[in-house]
Amino acid sequence: MSHLLALALIFAELSFLAIGGASTTLPAMEHAVVHQQHWMSATEFVRLYALAQAAPGPNMLAVTLFGWEVSGIAGAIVATLAFLLPACALAFVMGHLWVRFRDRQWRKVVQAGLVPVTAGLMVAAAYLLVRDAAVDWRALVLSAGVAIGCLFTKRHPLWFLGLAALAGLIGFR
Amino acid sequence: MESLPAQPLRLSSLALFGAFFQAGLMGFGGVLPMIRRVMVEDRKWLTPAEFNELISLCQFLPGANVANMAVIFGSRVCGPQGSVAALLGLLGAPVAIVLVIAELYARYGELAPVRHMVTGLSAGAAGLILATALKIAMPLRTSPLNLVVAALAFAALGIVRLPFLPSLCVLVPLSMVLAGWKLRA
Repeated sequence: MSHLLALALIFAELSFLAIGGASTTLPAMEHAVVHQQHWMSATEFVRLYALAQAAPGPNMLAVTLFGWEVSGIAGAIVATLAFLLPACALAFVMGHLWVRFRDRQWRKVVQAGLVPVTAGLMVAAAYLLVRDAAVDWRALVLSAGVAIGCLFTKRHPLWFLGLAALAGLIGFR
Repeated sequence: MESLPAQPLRLSSLALFGAFFQAGLMGFGGVLPMIRRVMVEDRKWLTPAEFNELISLCQFLPGANVANMAVIFGSRVCGPQGSVAALLGLLGAPVAIVLVIAELYARYGELAPVRHMVTGLSAGAAGLILATALKIAMPLRTSPLNLVVAALAFAALGIVRLPFLPSLCVLVPLSMVLAGWKLRA
């Protein structure tokens, strides 16, 4: 029960702080569930993140699996709802007010100000996940290869994920 | 916006559920392109301009962008029950699928081939987010001030591991002051 409450509080707070999308909170999630609560290892964290990427649906499904790792199905539901509901309630209200403020100068300032913070948080998320996934030099090479492939080709990301899983199956024995 | 239809669009909860169900289930590695295809190209519920307007609102708000989009679009065309229908459609099947994957992983994750595959998958998923992060960060290189703010955010959360809320309370206002100063100049 105390785990469920802790999950709810952690992910509800992150819901409001997820500027520019769910992925910007990954460093904070990793800090909370791995280093503060000690619910899972850093390796387990990136593995769950990867499994969520292999499923269809939004990126935020990783939250579902972090909850699942802590308290099974109940944990999955609590973490998912905690991460969804606060931001969605805000979206519901703001969706109707948007017409009133979309052309205001402060809206442009706020949005422009969020961009570099979002970028920095995304780079932090990528840095931590690459570090957590790098069990040895081969994993590091694989991460770099996938990143280069995604940046310089038009292939679908799922194609690279499949290739990485196959490379793991063959190369990590 | 000039392109607003004369009659505001009204949709049933079921139609919303169906559209977001389809987008959620077909969206691998990012649902937004799928939502665009379903709502703009297939069903013509939104013009491309209206869709872009909706994206800019969803990115302005905190939280998962596609969940925000389901809530806002659902409420505009069908009221609160529309929000709930769109959100359930978007997330119901993917949540069920990801939990099945997790249960399989719990059962077979200790087997050597599965473990190696997931190790490779993890490195791949980390590479994917690295590519996404670089795509977002690259346009900042023309603005030294933005680069400094991004570097501070990276260092605070990625290296020093400062607490998230206090870090944002410093970084976001700082960045907004700089943005306001630049927009005025």
